[in-house]
Amino acid sequence: MSALAVLLFAAATLRITVPYALAAAGASLGERGGVVCLGLEGIMLHSALAYVLGAWYLHDPWLALLCAVLAGMATAGLHALVTVAFRADQITSGIGINLLAAGLTRFVLVTVFHSSSNSPRVPGLPELPLGPLSNLPGLGPLLGTPLVPLTIALVPAAAWLVFRTPFGLRLRATGELPAASAALGLSVSGLRTSGVLLCGAFAGIAGAWLASEQHCFTDGMTGGRGYIAIAAMIVGKWHPAGAAAACLLFGATEAAQIALQGSGFPSALLQALPYAVTMLALAGFIGRATPPRALGTPYDPEGA
Amino acid sequence: MSERPRPRLPLQALAPVAAVVLALLAGAVLIAAVGQSPLEVYGLLVQQALGTGYGLGQTLFKCTPLLFAGLSVALAFRAGLFNVGAEGQMYLGGFAAGMVGAYVPLPAPLLLPLALLAAALAGALWAAIAGVLKARFGAHEVINTIMLNFIAFALVAWWGHALFMPATVRTRGVAEAAWIARLDVLLPWLRGSPASFSLVLGLVLAVVLGVFLFRTRAGYELRVLGLNPGAAEYAGVRIGRAQVFAFALAGALAGLGGTSFVLGYKHWFEQDFTAGAGFMGIAVALIGRNHPLGVCLSALFFGALAYGGLVVNQRVPADLVNVLRALVILFAISAYALFERAARRARPKPEPASPQPGEASA
Repeated sequence: MSALAVLLFAAATLRITVPYALAAAGASLGERGGVVCLGLEGIMLHSALAYVLGAWYLHDPWLALLCAVLAGMATAGLHALVTVAFRADQITSGIGINLLAAGLTRFVLVTVFHSSSNSPRVPGLPELPLGPLSNLPGLGPLLGTPLVPLTIALVPAAAWLVFRTPFGLRLRATGELPAASAALGLSVSGLRTSGVLLCGAFAGIAGAWLASEQHCFTDGMTGGRGYIAIAAMIVGKWHPAGAAAACLLFGATEAAQIALQGSGFPSALLQALPYAVTMLALAGFIGRATPPRALGTPYDPEGA
Repeated sequence: MSERPRPRLPLQALAPVAAVVLALLAGAVLIAAVGQSPLEVYGLLVQQALGTGYGLGQTLFKCTPLLFAGLSVALAFRAGLFNVGAEGQMYLGGFAAGMVGAYVPLPAPLLLPLALLAAALAGALWAAIAGVLKARFGAHEVINTIMLNFIAFALVAWWGHALFMPATVRTRGVAEAAWIARLDVLLPWLRGSPASFSLVLGLVLAVVLGVFLFRTRAGYELRVLGLNPGAAEYAGVRIGRAQVFAFALAGALAGLGGTSFVLGYKHWFEQDFTAGAGFMGIAVALIGRNHPLGVCLSALFFGALAYGGLVVNQRVPADLVNVLRALVILFAISAYALFERAARRARPKPEPASPQPGEASA
């Protein structure tokens, strides 16, 4: 393979990985606090639409990005309301949010843009000037896309937040032993809610990326990415950096699948690979993926 | 667990009904927001989906796969397992039925049972994978069933590619010997609607499931497993085996659900034919409170909603019903959690005692 082909493959991989890594790192924040974040797909869909609506009405891609982040946090806030405040089942809430977003985005699409398939074209985020680096084939323009360096910065930031700050320690404590955290005077619901809201902000940026890259919203544009991100988070053992590394692996698989299309190689098998890897990781064949101990269990201060 | 409040049937039904009413109210806001009258839109929906023979038949047709998926999810729930994989199980079941129906040369009295058996078996085997991974490795079934859905779709895309008719996404037609008859053969007033005897099969299976769960030893064991795994193990239930068994049964039900479309409607397998019916099984089981009778009623409700959406599409985007379905789910789980908390508060506090067996580590 020539150097050019390697560069182009790396660029394709990175491009696919960006939304996965953002969503997976966000989900690891939410889940470390003890709340299952199956609603990534819905969060990303809502924020992708919010980006397009923001760009369409406010004519500013940066404000559109802000809209996307807010929409992501609002959707995550709904999940927090149902699961943390009402203590309802977290898995079902996530699935409900994904169904809600699938319906609501198309409802808005039809109502506002009179199309059930896609929105009109909107501006993407402007490219950053990177000097000579921009001339690198494939990778150059990609690195100049603002959300790419942002993602590269946000993943270690998330890891630092969870493992190197008092907030992260408390968040992890509520995900492992909520009763003990409460006994220490920590607010379990406050910490869990902030974890879920952070997840919404991260996945919101991921949604903005999808819309900004395609310059429009298309129906169901997340295409299962939220579930892949959950899978990557599990393979990455609920660690933001591990999750991002797993996303890179899944991204490379997908890039290879696209590259091999039409070559006679059964690319559907490559398509199934991330899911199979996740199942093996969960079963303990690839290291041991142990979830936070209180994951999925609502915390009831009355102890019942 | 023994002290969990078990309200009687009317109270059990109160929360799901409240969730449906709240969702309809929220939907009314959406309808009003696009400048239509909520009363007229809902009236049209009810009248078209339930008020005519053809509409009712369409509703029953939409209801059929939901009934199978709901029973599948409810059975797993009763055993303490969350089956998010009904979608993939139904997809593979439909594929297996389509293959047998199209490629096995057998006469009529044999081909249809064989095709149904293939559907049940395909769903059961696929679901059992999640059961084995849970029983043997303790791997959480929710993620595994989601992953199995995606793998099922990828596998069928791979196999199907060679089998699809030129320039289509469907396989060869199923031999007439494997067709499931339309219901209007028996009930002429459903004239022309695609409801088939699959619905009757689903209703029979609902009764069988009710008898199994509440009148047999194996069903009792599954329910104890779901209520208190510690107690089940103490009582001699082999937990791992019971989990694989429950998943296989759930998968068989979902797999059979695929035959409504493949053997009873189109008479061929078509890519993405399940269209989320398996996922909706979760909502059906949730609103039906995991009881076979409740599942039948809730499948009818969601079936009417599914067909009603197409009817009101002239006035409001059909996706209104997708929003409604999601809101019903979110409201229902919230209502259940809040009702249960209120019920617990209402009872006097028990004496502080030693930890309950089986809950010591919780």
